[in-house]
Amino acid sequence: MADTEYAEVFREEAGELLEELETSLLELEKDPADLKIVSRVFRAMHTIKGSGAMFGFDDIAGFTHHVETVLDKVRDGSVPVSTELIDLTLASRDHIRALLDAATGGGEADPAEGERIIAGLQSLVGGRVPDKAQAIPVPAEPEAEKDPTEGRRTHYRISIKPTPEFFVGGNTMESLIAELGKLGESTPFMEDGQEGGGVLILLTTDKGINAIEDVLVFAESSCQVTVTVLAVEGEEDLEEHKRLGEILLERGEISDDDLKTVLERQKPLGELLVGEKLVSRTSVDAALAEQKLVRDAKEKATVAKGAESIRVASEKLDELINLVGELVVTQARLTQVASHHKDSDLVEPVEEVERLTAELRDCVLNIRMLPIGTTFAKFKRLVRDLSAELGKEVVMVTEGAETELDKNVIDQLGDPMVHLIRNSIDHGIESPEERELAGKPRKGTISLAAQHSGANVVITVTDDGKGLDAEKIRQKGLEKGLLRADMELSEQDIWNTIFAPGLSTAKTVTSVSGRGVGMDVVKSTVDALKGSVSVTNSVKGQGTTITIMLPLTLAIIDGLLVNVGETHFVLPLSQVEECVELTEEDIARFHERRMLPVRDQLVPYVRLRDFFAIPGERPAREQMVISRINGDRFGLVLDGVVGEHQTVLKSLGWVYRNATGLSGSTILGNGHVALILDVANVMQCARQEEHAALSN
Amino acid sequence: MSAKNETVQLQATQYLTFMLREEGFAIEISKVREVLDVTTMTRIPRMPEYLSGVINLRGNVVPVMDLGQKLGMGSIEYTKNTCIMIVELEVDANLVEMGVLTDSVQMVLDLNPEDIESVPKMGTNLNTEFIKGMGRQTEEKFLIILDIDKVLASEGEAALREIDNAVTVQSVGSTPEEAVGTEA
Repeated sequence: MADTEYAEVFREEAGELLEELETSLLELEKDPADLKIVSRVFRAMHTIKGSGAMFGFDDIAGFTHHVETVLDKVRDGSVPVSTELIDLTLASRDHIRALLDAATGGGEADPAEGERIIAGLQSLVGGRVPDKAQAIPVPAEPEAEKDPTEGRRTHYRISIKPTPEFFVGGNTMESLIAELGKLGESTPFMEDGQEGGGVLILLTTDKGINAIEDVLVFAESSCQVTVTVLAVEGEEDLEEHKRLGEILLERGEISDDDLKTVLERQKPLGELLVGEKLVSRTSVDAALAEQKLVRDAKEKATVAKGAESIRVASEKLDELINLVGELVVTQARLTQVASHHKDSDLVEPVEEVERLTAELRDCVLNIRMLPIGTTFAKFKRLVRDLSAELGKEVVMVTEGAETELDKNVIDQLGDPMVHLIRNSIDHGIESPEERELAGKPRKGTISLAAQHSGANVVITVTDDGKGLDAEKIRQKGLEKGLLRADMELSEQDIWNTIFAPGLSTAKTVTSVSGRGVGMDVVKSTVDALKGSVSVTNSVKGQGTTITIMLPLTLAIIDGLLVNVGETHFVLPLSQVEECVELTEEDIARFHERRMLPVRDQLVPYVRLRDFFAIPGERPAREQMVISRINGDRFGLVLDGVVGEHQTVLKSLGWVYRNATGLSGSTILGNGHVALILDVANVMQCARQEEHAALSN
Repeated sequence: MSAKNETVQLQATQYLTFMLREEGFAIEISKVREVLDVTTMTRIPRMPEYLSGVINLRGNVVPVMDLGQKLGMGSIEYTKNTCIMIVELEVDANLVEMGVLTDSVQMVLDLNPEDIESVPKMGTNLNTEFIKGMGRQTEEKFLIILDIDKVLASEGEAALREIDNAVTVQSVGSTPEEAVGTEA
């Protein structure tokens, strides 16, 4: 089949286009009158077809052709935008995906599905007279968005600068020029006799700019294409005539500097006019000011357009992060050595390196940050399909889509989020009838919100469904032995039992929730990301809110280096509230009970030396680091606080993956390994052990 | 492991021999990445005694096991000959490194399949699961050829079992390296 290297390029490109297609289609469903979205959908399909054919994916090109034909009819208004059309187009998007996967050796596409879609689409077009009831009501003035250039003779300047890639696919400039020539009168200006050179075409046509873009759409990915409307015939407010210098400059025939040197010999027009006493100085100034205003506005638009991006394989980024991680460690070591030498000539550049390393680290980590909105978009489709399947009416609203998170975290977050949303639709939101009976709007709402909170990102999934039934969950928990009857539990504790393995309160298992993954999987995934998930609010009949807290990044954290005897530990700085001293007198005052009043509040503590059974005598003055876990203050007692330490997280290895109270390790400046404390886990274990000791 | 590995074992001729308590042992040399002197080790608290801790191997954190304790022969005493063999093994389709603490590393030895006798049903005082065979070094001298994959993999299983037991204590250490996910 297709050449594998190009196939990969096509697969990537098509993947992006398909995602865009999905987003556009869902937008179109909301706003069926927007012809701009229709064109976007059409163009995406058209590009898939074009490059599919170019790279030898004939089945994709063939299938897409049928869809494109229908979309073309939608674009010219002869077929209305209907729910059915959107359904079929979404289905064809999925089918193209399947074809694509099949072609690149991942799974198989069902040809019958393709035929079904094509048949469906053809009946839509063949039916021509649209079913009024089916059509999504179109607001009165759809003409407003119509392409203004269509039907009017317009002059265009088209500049095409091909990259070498363009010729790889067997394209030639001549065929492109010929194609454009079919649209109207065209005059090509080839760059002097070069095979791979660019071309400038002056084209006069009444077919409209869409027709031109359709021709150029193949070339867009491999050429620099600019289409400029020079003039629309019969239009009153023609753009001011371009000056000769500007035209030459735009075409790149002369450079800006050349033009300036020539023009400098000429006195500015204003000066001339004032000199001739034809106008006053002030009116020239005013005119100049106006000119500047317009120019600035235009410049701003250009700058905004100029924000370009490049695509980089994520492995390369991971490699970069690893290297920066090593650099951070080495730099810490350098700082340590420098502080020993007490040589000011050395200390200064080392401080500089420290600052630069920190900046580099932030920069590199920032590269991996992606807006979470990319995943939100995927969930829109999920909500749409799922609510249709379950006969529920659900809208999804999102908030904070621009919130940025580490790419790895976002990738891992997909599955748990899908599960939470499924759960909300399946178990949370009631059927439209039930909702009406309860005096709620027929349509349920799921809201996804993301926001930054310190070094964390907080994501909430809220539905306005029936809420959790705490009593039912408690019963179930008792039944499954997850809870004990004598346990005193807050409502919140009971809610959070849903994250324990083996608890499912749904009476019937639907195809949706019967996938073998439970809320416990959500919890373990989020735990693995060093985050937490909990039910933060649930009101019967009003809905449920589930909150996920995640660290911004997984690779490097700011930590507090502490020690117990010879063993060094690092606490994530974000979890440290304050450090206080614990003296022998304090301990005696509380008769060895492990608590200490700090700011008028008794804080329970755990002595790490005891918890981890580290040999040695405890010093007379110990340090206590106070953290806040789920709202409770909790102290860890240790020998000493060494200082802040930038920590590159390392795995402890598979052998130690269940180590108690530890979440990883890091390498210190002196090359020794320090252990990273999982404060929440230490507290949990210590509490359980105390309970266990008491009940024995 | 699988039958395929068995044949590989029969053809493999090079073994690295080492000592544990004056007794000769051997493992296939293809499993050994390198041999290190003992360096500073960080003990992981609340883990079994035979897990000696972790070391910093050129920026990677590598776990180390005391083979003497693991095989029930008593813990290894540090001398100037004490070595850490870095062994490579496959866990869940990933290659991982693991340090194995031994009293001393001896030599590389060629062994023909006919020099290797099958494991005696009893009398070794070792878990026969861990033994691949008895290698004849000289007429009088035998080496115990260890199936190091099984020795180390049993560790992974034990760890997994403990995770299952500790249902309520849910905190599984994970790192960016492990957490590299697939595109959803």
